[in-house]
Amino acid sequence: MTIQHKMIAPRPAPRSTVGPLAWLRANLFSGPVNSFFTLLGLYLLYLLLTPTIQWAFLNADWIGTTRDDCSREGACWVFVSARFTQFIYGLYPRGEIWRVDVTFVTFAALIAWLALPRLPYKRWVAVAVLVVFPVFAYFMLYGGHFGLPLVETHRWGGLMLTLVLAVVGMVGALPIGILLALGRRSQMPIVKSFCVVFIEFWRGVPLITVLFMASVMLPLFMPTGVSVDRLIRAFIGITLFQSAYMAEVIRGGLQAIPRGQEEAAAALGMSYWMRMGLIVLPQALKMMIPGIVNTFISLFKDTTLVMIIGLFDLLGIVQAALSDSRWLGFSLEGYVFAAFMFWIFCFSMSRYSQYLERKLHTGHKR
Amino acid sequence: MTEQATQAGSGTPMVEMRGVNKWYGDFHVLRDIDFEVRRGERIVICGPSGSGKSTLIRCINHLEEHQSGEIVVGGIPLTQDVKRIEQIRRNVGMVFQHFNLFPHLTVLENCCLSPMWVQKKPRREAEEQAMRYLERVRIAEQARKYPGQLSGGQQQRVAIARSLCMHPEVMLFDEPTSALDPEMIKEVLDVMVELAKEGMTMLCVTHEMGFAKTVADRVIFMDQGQIIEENAPEPFFNDPQSERTQLFLSQILGH
Repeated sequence: MTIQHKMIAPRPAPRSTVGPLAWLRANLFSGPVNSFFTLLGLYLLYLLLTPTIQWAFLNADWIGTTRDDCSREGACWVFVSARFTQFIYGLYPRGEIWRVDVTFVTFAALIAWLALPRLPYKRWVAVAVLVVFPVFAYFMLYGGHFGLPLVETHRWGGLMLTLVLAVVGMVGALPIGILLALGRRSQMPIVKSFCVVFIEFWRGVPLITVLFMASVMLPLFMPTGVSVDRLIRAFIGITLFQSAYMAEVIRGGLQAIPRGQEEAAAALGMSYWMRMGLIVLPQALKMMIPGIVNTFISLFKDTTLVMIIGLFDLLGIVQAALSDSRWLGFSLEGYVFAAFMFWIFCFSMSRYSQYLERKLHTGHKR
Repeated sequence: MTEQATQAGSGTPMVEMRGVNKWYGDFHVLRDIDFEVRRGERIVICGPSGSGKSTLIRCINHLEEHQSGEIVVGGIPLTQDVKRIEQIRRNVGMVFQHFNLFPHLTVLENCCLSPMWVQKKPRREAEEQAMRYLERVRIAEQARKYPGQLSGGQQQRVAIARSLCMHPEVMLFDEPTSALDPEMIKEVLDVMVELAKEGMTMLCVTHEMGFAKTVADRVIFMDQGQIIEENAPEPFFNDPQSERTQLFLSQILGH
């Protein structure tokens, strides 16, 4: 029998297992093979990065207005800066651009309000984003009322159009997706079969077909004289298409919530919508953040497909600018710029979702 | 308390089951169940696993649907009508084997949610009431924590407080201590004993025979979907009539 009378005080870990040097040794140089691959990796990185940096920064030309200002040794960013307004706003009338700015600054402020913890009245801001803001954005961007001149949607373009399409698609697809997911799990046969058919139809068709159908076939079915704006058709196509994907992502989340959660809520007298809205969906959506953001990101990138129905989103307008005879031969710069813009938005969404996951984790494993 | 329940008075049964049958597919889980629980009565239901005892009490608040027979809770007959089911559920508290606390809400929010949404109580009132019940189950100091940060025994006590916040007239306990480590069983049983002393009508599915001896008015023994024996605890434990009861008791008390 042994009895320990003295309590053992905590001691610091051995010096050789903590600190940057120990990290280097453990992760990069733990043996001859690993050291070899570390060095090889560094060499490949050097080979790849040097020309890229030289092209994009060191030898690049930034200042000027025409192609003659470019030395052609590196990237000619003059092309992008000369066309910048068009890339961002499309053919939106130059005098009215402030309206786009005001709309997007308002939107960014509202989203920031929702995204930052500690700010109060989140519920009201959410209502503002979902209900008030769309109306506000419509009057601001489209105009025709309150003394704002009307701007036809065929003049919308560039990053602005990409963002409008993406935001409308996200705001529309999430609630429709939730309803579809709940409907697919419903015990009512008609609701259930409608949702199954809807989801399977939209998931089985490529987005490009949906957009073609929306722009070519929809007018055939419309009574003569009635025409739906091309942009509205794109909205509807993208929203319905993405809501089917969203529904499946959310259904996966719903299935992961143990049955006991709904039973406990039911035992407390809650109605179906309370059980879903207060207990099941908050937990399911939290778990589904990676999947939802993934769908958002793919939606954001899929908006480039509207090019085929004659709308000029960011990528479309860059491509159109490339065929300008004064700027032939700068396609690399144009595509790099477009890719960079898309990457900025998608990467921010991805980072925010990771932050959200950490924040919403309340110490339960599931 | 609902109106019907108030009118019913204290002499009438709280829960009545008449000729209740239930099948899972072809499997006959509940067979001709007849029994009633009077107001203030404490009933312990025991029996081997798979005997239908959990299913029985889950039928009372319609978490399981019975296929034939009649169930009346607090004077309200249980039918398919959703409004009526919700009315009965507001009056019937339930504690589960796996606690089923809402992990995304704090302990306090768990207790306030249903009073605020179902009974439309103002937040302040719901919180004050929740704190009173949390104090009663001796866990008020954990009110701001999330369920995941509590031990099993603590979680089960919160689950009891959460049910009590709805002021139920009956409490159903579905093996409340089966998922707990031995040293936590007592803290939950203590709370249940107190609740029994205060006169709560209780139906407990449990294997805690000590609890049955101290608080139960009646013990019901079930096997293969049937009520085999029903008696006051003293004769039930000292002089069981049925052979199957004797066998069951010798197995669980024998060591």
